[in-house]
Amino acid sequence: MKPFRYERATDAEHAVATVAAHPGAAFLGAGTNLVDHLKLGITAPDLLVDVSRLPLDEVAETADGGLRVGANVRNADLAAHPAVRARYPVLSQALLSGASGQLRNLATTGGNLLQRTRCAYFQDPSTPCNKRDPGTGCAALEGWTRYHAILGASSHCVAVHPSDMAVAMAALDAVVVTLGPDGERRIPVTDFHRLPGDAPHRDTVLRHGELITAVELPGLPWATRSRYRKVRDRASYAFALVSVAVALDLEDDGRTVREARIALGGIAHKPWRAERAEQALRGLPATEENCRTAADAETADAHPLRDNAFKIPLVRNTLAAVVRDLVPETPSGSLEGAR
Amino acid sequence: METEIKLRVDGQEREVTVDTRTTVLDALRERLGITSPKKGCDHGQCGSCTVLLDGRRATTCLALAVAHDGAEIVTAEGLGTDGELHPVQQAFVDHDALQCGYCTPGQVCSAVGVLREAAQGWPSVVTEVGAEGDIAPARLDHEEIAERMSGNLCRCGAYVNIVPAVAAAAEAEGAGR
Ligand SMILES: Cc1cc2nc3c(=O)[nH]c(=O)nc-3n(C[C@H](O)[C@H](O)[C@H](O)COP(=O)(O)OP(=O)(O)OC[C@H]3O[C@@H](n4cnc5c(N)ncnc54)[C@H](O)[C@@H]3O)c2cc1C
Ligand code: SF4
Ligand code: FES
Ligand code: FES
Repeated sequence: MKPFRYERATDAEHAVATVAAHPGAAFLGAGTNLVDHLKLGITAPDLLVDVSRLPLDEVAETADGGLRVGANVRNADLAAHPAVRARYPVLSQALLSGASGQLRNLATTGGNLLQRTRCAYFQDPSTPCNKRDPGTGCAALEGWTRYHAILGASSHCVAVHPSDMAVAMAALDAVVVTLGPDGERRIPVTDFHRLPGDAPHRDTVLRHGELITAVELPGLPWATRSRYRKVRDRASYAFALVSVAVALDLEDDGRTVREARIALGGIAHKPWRAERAEQALRGLPATEENCRTAADAETADAHPLRDNAFKIPLVRNTLAAVVRDLVPETPSGSLEGAR
Repeated sequence: METEIKLRVDGQEREVTVDTRTTVLDALRERLGITSPKKGCDHGQCGSCTVLLDGRRATTCLALAVAHDGAEIVTAEGLGTDGELHPVQQAFVDHDALQCGYCTPGQVCSAVGVLREAAQGWPSVVTEVGAEGDIAPARLDHEEIAERMSGNLCRCGAYVNIVPAVAAAAEAEGAGR
């Protein structure tokens, strides 16, 4: 690991000015991703500005009935927060399905959004990787791609974004609030992470020195009916193969979809808002068959790689399973009858 | 680049000079000679370096020591009192919840954290949530313990006894209904 200087930020503006003026500087949250990367030799900043003790650690009510989550709210605290559990269960579940209890106690909201891909080649500096070392190529294209993208990838990078939290936030239309040298910006989570294109080294639209200060969850009363489901190679403490976040607004009949918010994880370079699937479900009964059709509409343009074609049926089945969990069974029997 | 930091470890004030690159785990083990937290993977993946950091269970191999200047740390060594094992440690002994013992200090600290989290009503991902977001109290049955302890790997596979040990400790605390 290369030597670096360490500064503890006491003031957000000052932290932004310091990092912005110093090309080799990086912000430090809890370090559960960045310190790993320092050890692996993926990145080598010469100055770390520790923002984890800035007073950005509150969950506050907003005027529109939503919540403003400070960038330093720890993943464990956000997941356990009563307002999040009651009003945005999908977010609580997504957080709780990520990492482990002892990592969630440390990890920050800002750091979670900015965690980098778990692509095995990205994490191994002995292999070519355009994300880690631009222009060197992409080892995954000819390699092991079980955990890689099926949508939105490019010939330069086929990695996926690993955050569970961000998938739930994408479904909830959350907004990332940042402070940069030019002041505040508000960026919808769905526009925050990038598709790789020919610049996979840029995960997000953040500029150097731009600090995440908060994430705002808009008021969405029907998000009480929301859920996150994550499919992985072992039951716990593993990254997603596929994950699905859904919030459903049902008509009074308790089964027709008025509105749906759907986002997918584990399949693209960014949390994937599934607008085609939402469109396909709108106005229809929330049956398994309609969910499968909706999922297939979303993955119609998928380009599976050597090892991950299974993700197409997995998205289909997982979406159907989440919706089944969210829609109460009608007295006349199960949803089968509604087909 | 060296910096002096203060830590309160297992009840004792300690001052130590560390390189900015030193993790909390290395500061404890290499600089302070407190070797109960173990280095299994050094990448956050195994849980053997778990301690109670400012009262919460935390892995220490990805935490920079400089960033935790002033922290209160309790390791497995500091859990007991006056020559008595902590109830969780005793439960591990009673249930034969270890083989080689390498993961055990991390398991025990993690279990203490799990009991605290459950006592505060924190859910896990397997905690039942009603369709309208109803909150069920945190009961520590087998499934809950397995999920909440999943950040602690045991290479000897002593899980079959670890889960009952944690269940017994939870029961004794009234969380294992
Ligand atoms: C073994 C293991 C398993 C994991 N499993 C999962 C999983 O299943 N699901 C999942 O979602 N995650 C998982 N994670 C990842 C974990 O969620 C992230 O490491 C964590 O959320 C990062 O937060 P942090 O505060 O530690 O960030 P850091 O590591 O401190 O920072 C990460 C990045 O964000 C930048 N940064 C931090 N804060 C700010 C800010 N306020 N403004 C601007 N930039 C900032 C840093 O410069 C760095 O580039 C796992 C991690 C480990 C080690
Ligand atoms: S998929 Fe992306 S992150 Fe993985 S090796 Fe290729 S360029 Fe690197
Ligand atoms: S040594 Fe820290 S988690 Fe493995
Ligand atoms: S007892 Fe040997 S690793 Fe757990």
